[in-house]
Amino acid sequence: MVVLKIPTGGRLIMAGAGTTLRKGQGRRDGDQAATLVEPAWVRFLITATALTFLILFLGVPLLAVFYGAFREGWRVYMDAFQEPEAYNAIKLTLLVTAVAVPANTIFGVAAAWALTKFKFPGRQILITLIDLPFAVSPVIAGLIYVLIFSIHGWLPPTTLAHATSWAVPFFQSWAPTFALWLAEPKIIIAIPGLILATIFVTFPFVARELIPLMQSQGEEEELAAITLGATGWQTFWRVTLPNIKWGLIHGIILCNARAMGEFGAVSVVSGHIPNQTNTLPLHIELLFGSRMFAASFAMASVLTMLAVVTLILKALIEYFHSKGGEEAES
Amino acid sequence: MTTRPKIRSRRILPGFGLTLGCSMLYLTLIVLIPLAGVFVKSTEGGWDFFWQTAFTDRAMASYRLSFGASLIAALINAVFGLLTAWVLVRYRFPGKRLVDSMVDLPFALPTAVAGIALTAVYTSNGWIGKLFAPEGPIGSHFPPDGIPLAYTEVGVVIALTFIGLPFVVRTIQPVLEDLNREAEEAAASLGANRWQMFSRVIFPELRPALLTGFALAFARAVGEYGSVIFIAGNIPYKTEITPLLIYMKLEEFNYDGAAVLAVVMLVASFVLLLLINGLQWWSSKFQRAAV
Repeated sequence: MVVLKIPTGGRLIMAGAGTTLRKGQGRRDGDQAATLVEPAWVRFLITATALTFLILFLGVPLLAVFYGAFREGWRVYMDAFQEPEAYNAIKLTLLVTAVAVPANTIFGVAAAWALTKFKFPGRQILITLIDLPFAVSPVIAGLIYVLIFSIHGWLPPTTLAHATSWAVPFFQSWAPTFALWLAEPKIIIAIPGLILATIFVTFPFVARELIPLMQSQGEEEELAAITLGATGWQTFWRVTLPNIKWGLIHGIILCNARAMGEFGAVSVVSGHIPNQTNTLPLHIELLFGSRMFAASFAMASVLTMLAVVTLILKALIEYFHSKGGEEAES
Repeated sequence: MTTRPKIRSRRILPGFGLTLGCSMLYLTLIVLIPLAGVFVKSTEGGWDFFWQTAFTDRAMASYRLSFGASLIAALINAVFGLLTAWVLVRYRFPGKRLVDSMVDLPFALPTAVAGIALTAVYTSNGWIGKLFAPEGPIGSHFPPDGIPLAYTEVGVVIALTFIGLPFVVRTIQPVLEDLNREAEEAAASLGANRWQMFSRVIFPELRPALLTGFALAFARAVGEYGSVIFIAGNIPYKTEITPLLIYMKLEEFNYDGAAVLAVVMLVASFVLLLLINGLQWWSSKFQRAAV
């Protein structure tokens, strides 16, 4: 069972220790210290309740993934990865993430620069609008692109083709697949839709990490660099970027985890074609639905390990970052 | 001519036009125009169509479940999130750092993985579901069916509680860490017992953060899809959440209908968040007036 080590109400006793006490006053101070901490049984009860809650809701499901994955043996686990569907799903997930995360990173940095280094009317509204995708259900995030780009939508592939078909001959010789896509630019039930939906749901991660950080750092250092004759880019790469490095990495890690694991939004636009538009989370659903539980949990274990690595990196960054901050302050 | 240098001096740093222009364009194309499209689409069928689609019995049942289960889940998270934050800030126990990072698991774990894991644990032959099954140690007291967890409303609440768990903990934790302990010492010297100190000194300080965390957990839960659909069983009128209903309309190519339900959801969650913000404002005002 959990052993509790509780600090005695340290500060109050220390405060009392420095002063000379009259008889009797010491006992009163001791009583005060006692009332600043809960009785041991209360502390034990609260800790046990909180930990039981966390174990039931977090620990048990986490273990269940690995139990489900390995329950039919190592061979079944490895076989799940031999399937071409699994291979293609992993490849597609990596591709979608490789586009969505850099796109949102560039946007996040640009938005944070505009919103924190300058003051202009409508600034606060813009900050609120950036958070909007967090308030929208993932299913609605997918729906909005279906309404626009599906064959019954406002901009179906046939309409888009008017705008893109002129470029077909240009790409035909060296990028034939892309040229084929340009001739009939399908977005829904195709990879561009998956990318768009993923970008939407991971939209705010980097920006909302950077905005408060750059706000608190102010603009003096950048102003100094400019005054000393640095160009805008030099100022950004040599002054701003080193300052926001850890916040940026923190935001990218969270953005990446969400991008790889997104399910709802991607599910709406995907069309669930194995080997073509099934990302890893959708492949997990497919396997689970066809009662191939071991394979499903084997795939899930990959994403679970991604989540665990994300949490470890996040904890490390927060640990070193706060340590670095304290050193800089002292 | 004299005003010109003044304006320039305000913006010495370069890149305002470029960064603002790019981010505005990106925001408008990816988020604003597509979202506005849903509102336009929902009105395309006319007012009667909107009314008939938005308030069918099946849709009403799904709103009740989505908003009701989210409310219960957010309340559970408010209580246990407060306890968890308290334990993490005030007490010491082995493995505390591990527990602290574990709290963020629902943020990092893909919802589909959470969905199948929770389903496996809470079905009648899962680790926890077994206890509540008819022949299980707890379920046997509730004949004839025990307490079924997965594929019921309870299952929906379980999934939504998982999803919202970090919000309350992470909003209360920094406030609790920064809390001035001198107020508690003063209360102690005035003879308050520990419970009075918590309810009259500490809790009022935490209340705005608690409300924020509650609102965030609630908003996230209302829209949640991935983790719920596996454990809910998706029985029409009973365990069918609104996002799933939208998804099904899309599968039937009923785009107008899907847009109508989406608009109802967007407006309802917007109004609720506004209400909670008002409550938060009232709470902090009330607190300031009391001091």
